[in-house]
Order: sequence, then structure tokens, then C-alpha cells
Amino acid sequence: MSRWFSRNLIRIYASLALIYLFIPVGYTMAFSFNDAGKRNINWQGFTLDNWKNPCGAPDICVALGNSLKIGFLSTLVATILGTMIAFALGRYKFRGRSSTNLLIFLPMATPEIVMGASLLAMFVNLNVNTGFWTTVIAHIMFCISFVVVTVKARVASLDPKLEEAARDLYANEYQTFRRVTFPLVLPGIAAAALLAFSLSFDDFIITNFNSGTITTFPKFVWISSIRGVPAQANVIGTAMFLIALFIVIAGQFIGSAKAKRKS
Amino acid sequence: MAIAHVSPGTSTHVNPERSGRRIPYLLMLPGLLWLFIFFIYPLINLAETSTKTRAASQETGAFVQTYRFANYLDAFIEYQDQFLRSFSYALMATLLALAISYPLAYAIAFKSGRYKNILLILVIAPFFTSFLLRTIAWKQILGAEGPVVSVLRALHLIGPDTTITASSFAVVMGLTYNFLPFMTLPIYASLDRIDPRLMEASGDLYANGLTTFRKVTVPLSMPGVVAGTLLTFIPAAGDYINAAILGNPTTKMIGNVIDSRFFRIVDYPTAAALSFTLMAAILLLVIIYIRRSGTDELV
Repeated sequence: MSRWFSRNLIRIYASLALIYLFIPVGYTMAFSFNDAGKRNINWQGFTLDNWKNPCGAPDICVALGNSLKIGFLSTLVATILGTMIAFALGRYKFRGRSSTNLLIFLPMATPEIVMGASLLAMFVNLNVNTGFWTTVIAHIMFCISFVVVTVKARVASLDPKLEEAARDLYANEYQTFRRVTFPLVLPGIAAAALLAFSLSFDDFIITNFNSGTITTFPKFVWISSIRGVPAQANVIGTAMFLIALFIVIAGQFIGSAKAKRKS
Repeated sequence: MAIAHVSPGTSTHVNPERSGRRIPYLLMLPGLLWLFIFFIYPLINLAETSTKTRAASQETGAFVQTYRFANYLDAFIEYQDQFLRSFSYALMATLLALAISYPLAYAIAFKSGRYKNILLILVIAPFFTSFLLRTIAWKQILGAEGPVVSVLRALHLIGPDTTITASSFAVVMGLTYNFLPFMTLPIYASLDRIDPRLMEASGDLYANGLTTFRKVTVPLSMPGVVAGTLLTFIPAAGDYINAAILGNPTTKMIGNVIDSRFFRIVDYPTAAALSFTLMAAILLLVIIYIRRSGTDELV
């Protein structure tokens, strides 16, 4: 027994760490079924009502809609801009490369509150009314760096021999890019887009500074947390969790199926 | 990729050197422009705001530039407790996260066999539930009406008036929890890159498990540890959500002060000065730390 214990100590420790990670997720899920009305703090009994009527809490679906719109727009733009930078950094040697790397690193090393506050100060000075578009602008800004880092890793790990082979087979630059390089980098771009979307969807601090009177889902949760978060918020949180998990697992399966077909 | 369309066939013959040299700059132009306008310029603007003083009209939100650098000193002196608290909470959370993450990452990298990918997904998965919801969940789990406190009270381990939330313990725990995957993933990435033959070689040279771990595994995983600690420490030091949800008025961090200076008191210069002091302090610590640990991989 004690030998089994010491041999598996690290596995036990890792399992405990994972349980710790999942405790509040499980709690959020369980309380999406709580028959508690507005004050979702104590367990009042099981119900499916919250799941049947996720928009039941006032304004929650307006907030969710805003979050989804902001998420899609900023993911789209940040993924395009970030991927272009990642190709430049991963593919070319040029002057100013290391200062560009530094510029990409800086937003990730800056506390969100500083980015949020500085952007708001700029909008205030320029007399720009904050709202939907200022939020999108802010989200694109902080997502770009994460896209660059994710895609660059993929570009850098690419075997240059594959592109050489395409050129040896008389593919021109454009064909090589479209038929060889781009498909190989695509999983990295997809991962970056997923990361950007979840960063945007979950962002509260920068959004709170730059969204004016627009409500996003995290902002809704924050505002309602003063009186008690409605169970519908747990429903949406749980649904987002399941959807994202499905996408990631599906991506894994597609990836391993492709790898199998190749070998 | 519009740029790739430009050169099918012909342009490769027309001075490829020169046209090739422009490509990376053209690729980067829109993204870097975005960062200059919405990241760098606002920071410069914030620096400008930080030395302003209230306008003579006393109107809310009206400030004039007087280059009053004493704003920094005033703000720092007034809020030095919150600064100190932010950095000590962030440091504690980072160390705790490291203690939890390293064995977890190690187990995933070396002991998980074919479940590796599933375990990695499990580490990221909690992220997909809104972090505000998870933090509020902790507040309710550890709260006065929650299950943990009732059990501890029933066992007489804590008194009837003791609470877990609204304390610095809860804030540090929340910070540790929220940034845990930021610590685990980079450590995993660098552990996973280690060539297992290096560990075997160490064993062949009569090193025992512990010595191999100390002399081979740990040094080779340092880039991940450095990246993980930075990715945990930086957001933790600037965070105010955990302190607001899980803390009490005596656990306020510098983020809470900046937030309330901005929104409740509309004192932009002080908020700006505090933001800059925070950022400067973090960058200074980061630079010292990166120099000390001898990895430049991040930048």
C-alpha cells in the first residue's frame, strides 16, 4: 500500500490539482439547475426551468449577444492582423525584428487595468463616446499579441523542406503558399482564433473601462453579483464551457485522424 | 494574404531581393499600426495625464497640464500599503501556483501516457467558464452560507463567527486559482520538449531519480518556469477582481484603487500616476527576473 502510494504520489497530487481546478466549474454547473429565482446562493431544489428559459433574467441575452458580436469581430480582425505579423516574424530576417518582438510582448506584460485605463483616458481626451466599437478596438488590441505568439510557434516549427519540395515541383510562390504553407499553419491559426475569442468573450477589466453603457456577459455577471447572480448566468457559463470543450476535443480528433491517415 | 498574390511568376525575376525585403514590413504594417494607435499612443497619453492637476474651474473631469511630477510621489505615499499588498499577494499566489503546477505539468508530461492530450484539455477547460462566474463560485463555496464553512463549524474546527471569505487568504487563493493554467501550460511545454534520453543518460551515469530531477529536469524546464511565473505574477499584481469579490476593505489591491480613482472619484491624474508606477514596478521586476534566470526566450 505505502509503496503503491509513493510510486503514484505524483499522479495523486496531479489529480488533486485537477479537482481543485474543477471545483468552481462543477459548482457553477450544478447551480445552473438550482430552483432559486434571482438569488442563486443556496440550493433550493432541482429544476430545468433555467435551461429552458436562459433569457429569463432581464437583459442577460442582450449582454450575451453583445459579447458574441464583439468576440466574433475582434477575433476576425485580430487573427488576420496577428497571423500576418506571425508570418513576417517567423519567415523573414529583417531590421527591427527584435524590437517588433518586444512590441508584441509588451501588451502581454502590461496589467489589464493599465491598458484599460490608458485607452479610456485617450478616448476621453479625444471626446470619443465609449461603447460597442471602442470595446471591439480594445479587444483587437489585446488579442493581437496572443495570436502572433500562437501562430508564430506553428510557423517556426514548419519543416522548410516541405516548401522546398513544392518549389522543386515547379509550384510558384503563391501556389506553394496556398497548397503547402497555409494548410500546415492552419491548425495554429485555428487555435489562435479560439484563444482570441475566449479572451475577448471572458474579458472584464478592459471592457469595463471602454464599453460605456454597453453591457457584455462578464459585465452583466459583475453588475448582478452585487445582489446575487441569476441562475441563467450559470446556464450560459455552462453552455459556453460545453461548446468550447466540444470544439477543442473535435479539433483533437480531426488532428489525430489526419495524422493516422498520413502514417 | 493579399501580398502573396502580387508575385505569381513574373516578379520573382524582377529583382527578387528588393521586393522580398519589403514583404515582412507590409505584412506587419496593419497590426503594428493598430498596436501603436491603441496601445503605445494611449500609454503616452496616460503619461501626459499623470502630471496634470485639477482645473481652476473645479469642474469634474477637467484637468490642466502643469507637469506636476509630484503627483507620482503623492499617489505612491498615499497608496503604498496597497502597492505592497499587491506585490506580496501576487508573489504568494505565484509561488503557490508554481507548487501546484510543477508536479501537475510533470505528471502530464511524463506519467500520463496516452491520456496526455485529454489531461491538457482538462487543464485549459475551466477557462471556458467565465472567470467572474468561477470567482463568484469560490465566494459562495467558501462563504458563510457555503458548504466548507458549515462542515468546519460542525467539526468545531473554526468558531461560529469565523469566515474564510473576506480575507487575504481568500484573495490569494482566488489569484492562485485564476492564473493556474498560465503557470501549468508553459512548464508543461518545456518539460515535454526534454529529450528522454538525457534523463536516461543521467541514470546510466549512476544518478538516482532525485539527482536526475535536480540536475537535468529542473534546469531544462527553467524557460517554462520563468514564462509561467511571469504570466502569473503580472496579471495577479494588477488584478482587482479577486480582491473585490473575495476580499474585504483591508485587502484592497492597487487595481482596486486605480479603478475607483477612475470611475468613482474621476481623478484621472492620480489613476494615471498609479497605473504608471504599477507598470514600471512590474517591468523592473520582470527585467531583473529575466536577467537573473538567464533566459531571453520570452522577448
